[in-house]
Amino acid sequence: MLKRFLATHEFRLLIAAIALTVCLALGSPRFLAPQNLLDLLANTAFVGMLASGLLVVLVAGSIDISFTATASIAQYVAILAAGHAGVGLVGTVLIACVIGTLLGMLNAWLVSVLRMSSIIVSIAMLNIYFGLLMLFSNGQQIFSMPDWFPDALSWVVGTAPNGDPYVLNAQIIGLILSFAVTWFLLNRTGIGRQVRALGGNQEAARRVGFRPLRLSLIAFGYLGFTAGLASLVQAQLAQSVTPNVLVGRELNVLAAVVLGGASLAGGQGTVLGTILGVAVLAIMENGFILIGVSSYWSQCFIGLVIIGGVAVIGLERKRQRNHASRVIAGPAMTARTITGGTE
Amino acid sequence: MSLMMSDALKQSVRFKLDPTQRRLLLLLAALVVVFTLILGGGLFSQAALFSMGIQLPEFAILSLAMMLTLLSGGLDLSIIATADLAAVTAAYALHALIPHMGLAGVPIALAAGLGIAVLIGLVNGILIAVLGVSPILATLGTMTAVKGVGLGVTHGGVVSGFPAAVTFLGNGTVYGVPFSLLILAAIAVPLGLMLAKSPLGTFIALTGTDEKVIRYSGVSTRSVILKVYVLSAVLSAIAGFIMMGRFNSANPSYGESYLLVTILAAVLGGVDPNGGFGNIGGVLIALIVLQLISTAFNLLGLNPFLTLAIWGGTLIVTAGLGIARGRLGSIPSLWRRTQ
Repeated sequence: MLKRFLATHEFRLLIAAIALTVCLALGSPRFLAPQNLLDLLANTAFVGMLASGLLVVLVAGSIDISFTATASIAQYVAILAAGHAGVGLVGTVLIACVIGTLLGMLNAWLVSVLRMSSIIVSIAMLNIYFGLLMLFSNGQQIFSMPDWFPDALSWVVGTAPNGDPYVLNAQIIGLILSFAVTWFLLNRTGIGRQVRALGGNQEAARRVGFRPLRLSLIAFGYLGFTAGLASLVQAQLAQSVTPNVLVGRELNVLAAVVLGGASLAGGQGTVLGTILGVAVLAIMENGFILIGVSSYWSQCFIGLVIIGGVAVIGLERKRQRNHASRVIAGPAMTARTITGGTE
Repeated sequence: MSLMMSDALKQSVRFKLDPTQRRLLLLLAALVVVFTLILGGGLFSQAALFSMGIQLPEFAILSLAMMLTLLSGGLDLSIIATADLAAVTAAYALHALIPHMGLAGVPIALAAGLGIAVLIGLVNGILIAVLGVSPILATLGTMTAVKGVGLGVTHGGVVSGFPAAVTFLGNGTVYGVPFSLLILAAIAVPLGLMLAKSPLGTFIALTGTDEKVIRYSGVSTRSVILKVYVLSAVLSAIAGFIMMGRFNSANPSYGESYLLVTILAAVLGGVDPNGGFGNIGGVLIALIVLQLISTAFNLLGLNPFLTLAIWGGTLIVTAGLGIARGRLGSIPSLWRRTQ
C-alpha cells in the first residue's frame, strides 16, 4: 500500500509541496504563522473549490472552461437578490447553486446534442454567458450587501498572541467541504465510479449500460454547483461583486487540476492530487511575496513549475504506454499489468 | 475589400466550396442583407470598411496560428503570450538600437522578436512531440511562463514610442488599403497553398487525423509537430508586431480576450477541433462573418459585450443547424414533407 503510494504522482507532488514549504518557512518566519496559513486558505478557496468541481468533469472525460462566467452570473444574481429581495442566507446560497447547476447542465446538454468537443462548446458558452452578464449588468459593481453577508458563517476559533482573532470563515469551510464532497462523490458512490468509467472509455461505459448524457449532466452540473458556491465565498472575501473580475481565471484553475495529475483524456485524477496541485500553486504565490520575490516575476516561476509538472506527467504516461504496449505485444499478458499502470 | 481578397485566395488555391464554406457564405450574405436593411449604406461606407480592414488582420493572423495547431490535432494557448512577448522584445530592442543605428535597427528588432517566438515555439514543440505532453497542458504552461517573463521585464507596464516605420505595420495604408491587411494576404496565400498542396500540409492534416498511424507510416511526426508550433509562434509574433504598431506600444497583456475567440473562429470556419480537417478559406470567411457582426453592432451602438455573446451564439447555432440538417434531411425537403 505504502510502496504503491511512493510511486504515484501524488507522492512526488507531496514532496514538492513539503520542500516548498520548508524553503519558504526558512526564508520567511511569517510563512508558517497561523494567521498567514488561514489567509492562504481563504485566498485559495475560490480556485480550490472550482478545481474540485473541474476535477469531476475532467475525470468524466470532458472539459468545461465556462465555469468562471457561470460563477460570475450566479454571484451577481444571488447577491442582487440578497440585497434587494431579502432572500436570506439559505435563499442566496440556493439561488447561486441552482443557477450554477443549470448553466453547467446546459453545457453538458449542448455537448451531447451538438456532438461537438466539450472544450469548443464551453468556450462558446463562456463568451455567451459572460457577454450577456456584461450586457445586462452594464459592468456595474455591487457594493451594497445585506448586513449579515460579510460575517456569514464565520467563527472566532482562537486568538493570536497579538490579540488578533483566528477566524474559521466561510472560505475555509467551503474549501474543505467541496474537497470532501468531491472525494465522497468520486470514491464512495456508484455515480462516481460510473463517471470514472465514462471518462476511461465512453463506448465501453455505454455498452455496459451507463447513460453517458445523464452522467455528464451530473458532472457538469456538479461543476456548476461548486462554481455557484465558490462565487459566494469569493464575493464575501472581496466584499463586493464585480462582473468581470472572475472571467479569465479559468485557465489558472485548469492548471492547478492538471498539475495534480488529472488527465485531459479522462478517467484519471484524484482529489488528493488536485488538493496538492492547488496547494503547490497557492503556496508559491503566497510564499514568493513573503520572501520578497518581485510579484512581477512570480507568474513566470508558476509557469515554469506548470511546465515542469506537465513534462514529468507526460514522460510518466509515455513510459506507462510503452510498457503497456510491450506487455500487450508479449505473450504473458495479464489484465493487472495493463490496468495497474493507469490506476 | 476583404471579400474580394478571400475570393482571390480561393481562386488561386482552387478550393471547391465545401459544405461549411457554403453555409458560412450563406450566413455572410444573409448578414450583409440584414445589416444593409438596418444600416442603409453605412456598413459599406469607406470608414466602416476601413475600420474592418484595420481590425481584422491581427485577429485573423492569430486565428490562423491557432488553426494550424488545431489541424495537427493540438491547440496553442500560448499564441497571445507569444505575440506580446515578441512585441515587448522588439520594443526594447527598438529603444536600444534606434538611437545608435537609426531605422536600420527596425528589422533587427523585429528579428529579435521573431527569434523569441521561434524559441517559444520550439519549447512547445519539444514538450508536445518529444515529451508527449498534451498540447493544451504544454501550451498552458508556456503561456503562463511567457506572460510571466513579459510581466517581469516590463513590470506590467507599457513600452511605447516607436518610429513611423513600426506604427506603419498597424496603421499604415497602401493606396487606401491597410498595410496590415496586405500582411494578412501575404501570409494567408502561401499558408493556404502550403496546407493544400505541399507534403508538409498533408502531413500536418494527417498527423491531426491519427498521429500513431502516420508515425508508423514513416513520417517523422515529431518534426511535423515541431514545425507546426514554431510556425504558430512566428505567426503570433507577426500579429504581435501589428498590435504593437496599431497601439504604438507593447504590453504583456494586450489582446488576451482574443485567445479563446481564435478557437471559435477556427472551428466556425470548419476546422475540426479534433484535428485533421479544415482549410484556410473557411477560416477566412468565418473571420469576415465575425468582423462584420462586430462592426455592424458597433455602428448600431450596441454593447460590445453583446457582440461577444453573439459570436459564441453563432458557433452554437451553426453547429446546431448542421446537426438539425443531418437529422431531418435538408430543410427544403422537410418543408415539402410538411406540405
